[in-house]
Amino acid sequence: MSETDAIGWFADLRIDDRPTVGGKGASLGELTHAGIDVPPGFVVTTHAFELFLEALEQASPVRALVEAIDPADLDAVTALSKALRARVEQEPLPQPVERAILDAHTQLAGDGATVAVRSSATTEDAEDASFAGLQDTFLWVLDAQDTVHRVRECWGSLYSVESITYRRKHGLPEEGVAMAVVVQTMVDARTAGVMFTRSPTTGDKSVITIEGAWGLGSAVVSGEVTPDRWVIGKITGEISTREISDKHIRQVPAQGGGIVDEDLPADMRTAPSLSDEELQALRTVGRRVEKHYGRPQDIEWAIDKSGALLLLQSRPETVWSAKAQVPVTAPTADPLKHVMTIFGGRK
Amino acid sequence: MSQPTKGFPLPSSLKVVPGTEAAQAAHPYYIQFNPGDDERFWFYNSMHFPEPMHHFDMVTAEAAYCALGSFNTRVHVLPTTKGIDHRIINGRVFIGGVAVTDPAEIEARTKEFQQRAFYYYEHWETLYDQWKEKMKALIADAQALPKPTLPDLEPIETTHTGKGVAANHALIDTYRKTLEGYFRMWHHHFEFLLLGYGAYLTFFDFCKKAFPEISDQAISRMVAGMEAEIFRPDEEVKRLARRAVELGVDDKFHDGMVIDDVLAALDQLGGAGKEWLKELESSRNPWFNVNVGDGFYHYHRSWNDDLSMPFAALPGYIEKVKSGQPIERPTGKLIEEREQLVADYRDLLDTDEDRATYDQLITLAHRVFPYVEGHKFYCEHWYTNLFFNKIREYGELLAENGFFAEPADVFHLTHYELESAIIDLMLTWSSGAQPIGPQHWPAKVAERKAAIKIWGEHTVPPALGAVPDVIDDPAIVMLWGITRESLDAWLSDGEGPSNELKGFAACQGVVEGTARVVKSVEEISRLQQGDILVCQVTNPTWAPIFQKISAAVSDIGGSMSHMAIVAREYELPAVVGTGSATQRIKDGQRIRVDGGRGIVTILEDQPVLEDA
Repeated sequence: MSETDAIGWFADLRIDDRPTVGGKGASLGELTHAGIDVPPGFVVTTHAFELFLEALEQASPVRALVEAIDPADLDAVTALSKALRARVEQEPLPQPVERAILDAHTQLAGDGATVAVRSSATTEDAEDASFAGLQDTFLWVLDAQDTVHRVRECWGSLYSVESITYRRKHGLPEEGVAMAVVVQTMVDARTAGVMFTRSPTTGDKSVITIEGAWGLGSAVVSGEVTPDRWVIGKITGEISTREISDKHIRQVPAQGGGIVDEDLPADMRTAPSLSDEELQALRTVGRRVEKHYGRPQDIEWAIDKSGALLLLQSRPETVWSAKAQVPVTAPTADPLKHVMTIFGGRK
Repeated sequence: MSQPTKGFPLPSSLKVVPGTEAAQAAHPYYIQFNPGDDERFWFYNSMHFPEPMHHFDMVTAEAAYCALGSFNTRVHVLPTTKGIDHRIINGRVFIGGVAVTDPAEIEARTKEFQQRAFYYYEHWETLYDQWKEKMKALIADAQALPKPTLPDLEPIETTHTGKGVAANHALIDTYRKTLEGYFRMWHHHFEFLLLGYGAYLTFFDFCKKAFPEISDQAISRMVAGMEAEIFRPDEEVKRLARRAVELGVDDKFHDGMVIDDVLAALDQLGGAGKEWLKELESSRNPWFNVNVGDGFYHYHRSWNDDLSMPFAALPGYIEKVKSGQPIERPTGKLIEEREQLVADYRDLLDTDEDRATYDQLITLAHRVFPYVEGHKFYCEHWYTNLFFNKIREYGELLAENGFFAEPADVFHLTHYELESAIIDLMLTWSSGAQPIGPQHWPAKVAERKAAIKIWGEHTVPPALGAVPDVIDDPAIVMLWGITRESLDAWLSDGEGPSNELKGFAACQGVVEGTARVVKSVEEISRLQQGDILVCQVTNPTWAPIFQKISAAVSDIGGSMSHMAIVAREYELPAVVGTGSATQRIKDGQRIRVDGGRGIVTILEDQPVLEDA
């Protein structure tokens, strides 16, 4: 992909493209390239955003206003946020940018497919919870115009009260603040959820933890349903934990776009949302992705109505990976000394 | 710890069941509970001795603990533990460890241990090869012992060769040699056992630390031996099935066949039939010297003594051979899988230090495991069969001389009493008078038979005395899987759902089916295709019927037990060590076995009538 492209197709992206397509976009490109089933899509690059921002700056200043604001003055920040978001969402897009998005949308969803529009932040920092508001996701977006609008909303979130306050408090320069946006065909999921390729509770890398529930994965990610939970031996495939929860609702596409909660019949509420075969398929793909990146992953996945398994996102697991790696037992010159852990008595 | 202290009854509070006092008193004084025993913690060794003991069979406890203790206390010098004491009450064997708690003594013993045990680890293969030779020589000695008989008159050769020893002397000589060999065998048994388990558990412990959620099964699959003797008897049955098809005599084998008739028919057939019988003979020696239990009861007969088990498996294997299914153990593939497993877990380790330790420990575990898996064939099976069969010969001789109604009654005597009965017979054979035994033993045998029946209906507490804070005895943890946690579980028994039994997850898979409660090997023919086997203790020698059942549940055994290893190899969902499956599950009930979680659920309260 060229640095000056307004959009980049997943198939053309690699993890190194992160600065222009964000972590999410780069990861989807990497997965696509690795042959993992990912719903097809493209990324509206930071370059597209920058072209737009330039156009905005020509009309009236943006960055200078943000840099000048006092983060302690909440009223001022709120007023500025409101003004800037309105501009980002309403002022005309540069022609080439709008054209690129509309064309790409036609190519991706010209047959009437719906898409998901999700922000894709470019810095590690942005994945931090303190950068709240940057992780916008719009599901079941119906047409090209709506897609363009949602892309702008994602960009606008850069000027949310939380984002502006965060950047000012940390003294981050406005130069270089940018946002990529992922546009991806929507999976009408029968079951969806998340998968960690290690144990979130013990950090054990020999197990895979899978959480899933009926319908779209948004219900699991947002915590609106208690998902079913399984723990599977990464290498052996043994299913050591099966916690089937009462899943009172599922999220499904809404008639006019977006998603809606739907009550579930009693028998479905307590039925496992994945079969053993599907769990094993998830394990296989989880191992592949982990192997590809060389480190444990935090994965979002969906199984569509035809039973096909697709990955929606994969990012490195951060909590346990950040801990210092300490040997399990101190090495000894004489390996036989290790048996004293059994024969030596309680320490 | 603000919880109220729970404990088990004191030994002194345990009463001999009324009517069995004489049978209880017949056991030697040193295995009767004494007042000092109230100070110690004891547990019922239901793993090795799940059924009430015949008096003679207590020789196994005596010989085994004599040897176990010697090696722990004085040969390898385990730092924190000595041997195991045993007691008997109401037919049940209770055991208690002797812990070393003085730090100075532990330190001194640690030094000794490292000199001695490490020598074994360093020279394991050589010493184990030497061990096998020793065992084979011991077996040959036992096989060479003459059958005890008393001629009316000495043969003339005794005179002509100037032998100078009459036949009655051979009775006591052979008996003492038989006992001597059995005690010696148990010494050999414990020469490597604890060290082997310890090395294995060191790897186990490392894996549990490196991978906190790893299953016991995954670890044992990384270690499991491939050429182990325990798989061989079943492989021989498969071989015989294939030979039957090749020789065209497979139509002789079918479910419910009368084995003697089949053997006679094959013999009569000549040619191919005789050829197959020859194959059978070569399998029988030595591979059918496996018994259907753990070798601790005289009535756990070997396949050689009772061909029911291998023959029950033949029709199924023959069917598979004819339909072209591979039945032989894919050793090459299994080795590949094991190596892959070891490599895959290694890849998950974070540091070079861990990978180095892992390599050392898996190497050590693989070095010791052939003994851990293989010794049973030589000790608990082959030698034990020879031993009990020799005693059975004494039973025949004594029964012929009116001591007992039937030969197996001999097992109601302690080994001291048996020696006295033999001497009684020797004396009266020499004096020409009538032995006294026929007036003495039948009543005692009847009394003990009745006692065993009563004891069998009587339950005993799983443990006696105060619960120790920690079980820091590697022998007890390794051999019996008893930890503070398992004791707490025993104490809170009955607090879970009434239709649920918990055990060790031996092999994953969820199966629902009809429970077939099989209490002895004679009952295996009741198993129908797809039944769930519920038994007290299974043994690798039950493997041939694993092809017929859909899951297995046992009262006794840990996730490292041989049963668990074999179940995994057959991919048979299994829960072992439930404690009470054979008591709580009724024959014919529908049950669900969740082998991955170690849970058995009784689905129906009403047994389904077999012929309904």
